[in-house]
Amino acid sequence: MDTAAAAPGWQEELYAVLRQNGVTQFAYVPDAGHRVLIDRSLADPEVHSIPLTSEEEGVALLAGADLGGARGVLLMQSSGVGNCVNLLSLVKGGRFPFLTLVSMRGDFGEGNPWQFPMGQAVQPVLEAMGVICLRVERREDVIPTANAALTMVFKSGQAVAVLLGQKLIGAKPF
Amino acid sequence: MQEMQTAAARRAAEAAAAGYVLDRLEAVPRLVGRHEDFLIVTGLAGTARDIARLTGDGAHAYLLGGAMGAACMMGLGLALARPDRRVLVLTGDGELLMSLGALATIAVMNPPNLAIVCVDNGHYGETGWQRSHTGLGVDLERIAAGAGIRATRTIADASGLEEGSRFIREGNGTCFVLLRVAPTEPPAYKRNLDASACRDRFRAALLGAR
Repeated sequence: MDTAAAAPGWQEELYAVLRQNGVTQFAYVPDAGHRVLIDRSLADPEVHSIPLTSEEEGVALLAGADLGGARGVLLMQSSGVGNCVNLLSLVKGGRFPFLTLVSMRGDFGEGNPWQFPMGQAVQPVLEAMGVICLRVERREDVIPTANAALTMVFKSGQAVAVLLGQKLIGAKPF
Repeated sequence: MQEMQTAAARRAAEAAAAGYVLDRLEAVPRLVGRHEDFLIVTGLAGTARDIARLTGDGAHAYLLGGAMGAACMMGLGLALARPDRRVLVLTGDGELLMSLGALATIAVMNPPNLAIVCVDNGHYGETGWQRSHTGLGVDLERIAAGAGIRATRTIADASGLEEGSRFIREGNGTCFVLLRVAPTEPPAYKRNLDASACRDRFRAALLGAR
């Protein structure tokens, strides 16, 4: 049993924090690591829950939301970061606020070798495009980090990725 | 020299583009009509210049200058954020081809206040008039319909423009128009390429100073 299934509490709390901070657009490519957030957004009549075919769609979506005065978050797995790279030009050049939560693969205890190339490239790739990375490995750090990221993004206009490490969400043995 | 080569490539493109007859300089303004009715997001290159000329580079339009493939999804985010306003995405065939999955995502969300117009000249005009996939047979209206967008049109001659102008303003779901135009130069309009300044002015005009 992985850690997330055993202790979903922080994910419920994370959803509440995002909502308290006015996030109303939840964009994602379906992912086990974000299951609770995705399900909560689907069940919440006050938000838009937006399934994407590929993660870069979410980068453009959130910029459009900002033009209209709305706040959003992109939920993706580490492999999706690679799909976003050129569209992060829009975030950097336009100085759009940008918040993404990245569930890591190819990291601590990963059992699928295909996940390592992108998993290990996540932070350098994001940083090369001007996205600040905040890594979380312990359950007690999730909510403080989420609050920090929300302030950095929506008060200071920065682009921030919260990387949810495999120590936190559990490594997949396949 | 390079200009002469580009002009020659464009003339060859025009000669090869049967069925692409509308002049975009007239067709786009007639289809869009009163541009103030919309919040507008455009693709880069041609459609950005179409809208820059039409609106005088207005604050209610956000024109891409890069990030190719972003236009439709920016329009979706904006439409979901502002259900009280109509949102128009005006983009080219090349830009739309780069993000066909966005049509599937938009069809699933189906916001009633979003209209997508693809100005299809069958070519990559900005890069030397190479044929695009639409010029080689790909039908973007059928792709949009196949993705699940229920209200779609192809407009290839002037007789469809008036109805098209109404079409992009009404309906209870997202609509899609493929506007076939001749491969001719877009307006020569110097638009603002500062993505951040354009974001600020768009938000200031729509939301007030924040």
